[in-house]
Amino acid sequence: MTYSLNSLQCGEREALDCRGSEIFCWAFTQEENLKWQPPPDNTVRGGRGSFSRLLSTAALAPQICVVGSGPAGFYTAQHLLKHHRLARVDIYEKLPVPFGLVRFGVAPDHPEVKNVINTFTQTAHSDRCAYYGNVTIGKDVMVKELQRAYHAVVLSYGAEDNRILGIPGENLSGVYSARAFVGWYNGLPENRDLKPDLSSETAVVLGQGNVALDVARVLLSPLDILRKTDITEGSLAAIACSKVKRVWLVGRRGPLQVAFTIKELREMINLPGTRPLLDPADFTGLGDVIKDIPRPRKRLTELMIKSAREKPGEKEAALWASATKEWGLKFQRSPLEVLPATDGKQARGIRMAVTRLEGSGESARAVPTGEVEELECGLILSSIGYRSLPLDSSIPFDPKLGIIPNSLGRVQGAPGLYCSGWVKRGPTGVIITTMNDSFDTAQSVLEDLQTGVLNLSNSKEGFKSVRSILHSRGVHPVTFSDWEKIDAAEVARGKLAGKPREKIVDPQEMLQLISH
Amino acid sequence: MAAPVAAGGGTVTRRLLLGAAGGLRLRPARGFRTAGGLQVEDETCTAEPAGDVVNVVFIDRSGRRIPVQGRVGEDVLRLAQRHDIELEGACEASLACSTCHVYVSQELLDKLPVPDEREEDMLDLAPQLQENSRLGCQIILTKELEGAEFTLPKITRNFYVDGHVPKPH
Repeated sequence: MTYSLNSLQCGEREALDCRGSEIFCWAFTQEENLKWQPPPDNTVRGGRGSFSRLLSTAALAPQICVVGSGPAGFYTAQHLLKHHRLARVDIYEKLPVPFGLVRFGVAPDHPEVKNVINTFTQTAHSDRCAYYGNVTIGKDVMVKELQRAYHAVVLSYGAEDNRILGIPGENLSGVYSARAFVGWYNGLPENRDLKPDLSSETAVVLGQGNVALDVARVLLSPLDILRKTDITEGSLAAIACSKVKRVWLVGRRGPLQVAFTIKELREMINLPGTRPLLDPADFTGLGDVIKDIPRPRKRLTELMIKSAREKPGEKEAALWASATKEWGLKFQRSPLEVLPATDGKQARGIRMAVTRLEGSGESARAVPTGEVEELECGLILSSIGYRSLPLDSSIPFDPKLGIIPNSLGRVQGAPGLYCSGWVKRGPTGVIITTMNDSFDTAQSVLEDLQTGVLNLSNSKEGFKSVRSILHSRGVHPVTFSDWEKIDAAEVARGKLAGKPREKIVDPQEMLQLISH
Repeated sequence: MAAPVAAGGGTVTRRLLLGAAGGLRLRPARGFRTAGGLQVEDETCTAEPAGDVVNVVFIDRSGRRIPVQGRVGEDVLRLAQRHDIELEGACEASLACSTCHVYVSQELLDKLPVPDEREEDMLDLAPQLQENSRLGCQIILTKELEGAEFTLPKITRNFYVDGHVPKPH
């Protein structure tokens, strides 16, 4: 008997067995049952250098693609490339430019958080990795087509939408999602024409997470700080004309349930030109409650209590006395209705239910007491969570949880399909959470390659077949070196303005720059 | 590594000739040889910093002990990355993430300077935070740290602090 693997053949008593990414050579004899015979060097036909030919045989290299080029996509790719010597990973992105929320979500005054772009750039430069921007999966190419081209498809496309309040008046002028507001000042193309109305003195942010603190901080930061960041020129100009002097962050529950973290809270407390408005009554008795709780929640609460109840030090007192802007936390207030101005089109205030808490800690629930309160404001930003959307009708999606049903990153009922990041777990967490989660998913893919669940003997063409699909549909992918041209242009423009970059917010302009 | 497999009347044994999954097979960490003599070089090659040698040990995420030579003045994150140990530094040592989280021994904890408030703030976000947690980028090697051990947390499959799972409310 002879066996063959692609175009290679081996001798009668030897066989090549490809399992996952490993090549076994086994020999058997009929007369000596347990004897193993190592094959002589010229046994595998193809002659000298046959092993190096095996290495370069494309059929043995797993072809993997990742949908989404934010932290989840890049960390998944990184882990796959590092732990598999042959795997090829292609990263698809619907925008021309990569990096997802690192570029469009992280606040302009948090440039260190964006350093992770250097790690991702290294991954993109790997010779087994390719980036293809300006390709919308679910429109330009379907997931099923990707599955035909690749051994594994990883969905890492995050959460592009936001949860809605579901209250009357939500669509009045002056009401925006924090997600859109962040997109606006960060140059996300779809939000560039937001034109938020910043003409009222008081703004209300619904939600008490880090995004809520980010928008409050951007609204109240001294212009001298903002103008040195990569905030877009257009939004900086609008903020320069802003009348907003006071921002309330309103939460349904209490201080023990705030979702923001200590670094961001500290930053807010120390924001130049501002003073915090924290009601000491909101923190009565909390000192005892927090004695034995986990350290992160304890330290965060202690900071709030200290800022609310303790007399400020000399330096702080002076800063707060000269402050022209202020921000505060309101607890146990649940939005009922956005109230219209007399023209019926503008928001003029918000009506809220006063709540009490049932239960404690993370699982405490806010229950209306019957009491109601109104707060005058002309700008309302709802910061109650991002939300994923289904990409393609062929992919399982849980609309209630807003995630793709999965087990350890393996999409349920869909072999060969995986997910990582917010679309897998829900839209919370910082870089490290997404990093660990993406490594987890990559681990599942590697295991499946190892055990043969992903069958490498089915050879896949990878980008070769996707390229012809895109070509036939008139779609021109943007490569990583194209992005580097856009990057260089942004940095050059930024230099003229004393900023790290001036983001290009029009995708057409980006494409023209690279002559697409 | 022989796995006898019954095949009809005879028995077959297999030998792994060429494995490609790093860390899971019999292969040296850097480069490997095939029977055909093909060698693959490891690409990462960073210059060694100056300063006296400090011998320390990393315990990686699979529990493997990896002794390495560091230099006085070097930080533990950089040291790990120089030796291809899987410690990430997303924010590049600017106290804006917790990806370089490591555990140190109690005795070592007592020798190290007290962490900056900013380091404590970032540690608060590290999954599986323990009393002996520190950020690798903030630990600067001195002669006193000779023999120190740095353990990488087992991060996968459990990435919420204290097993927390956010509940909708």
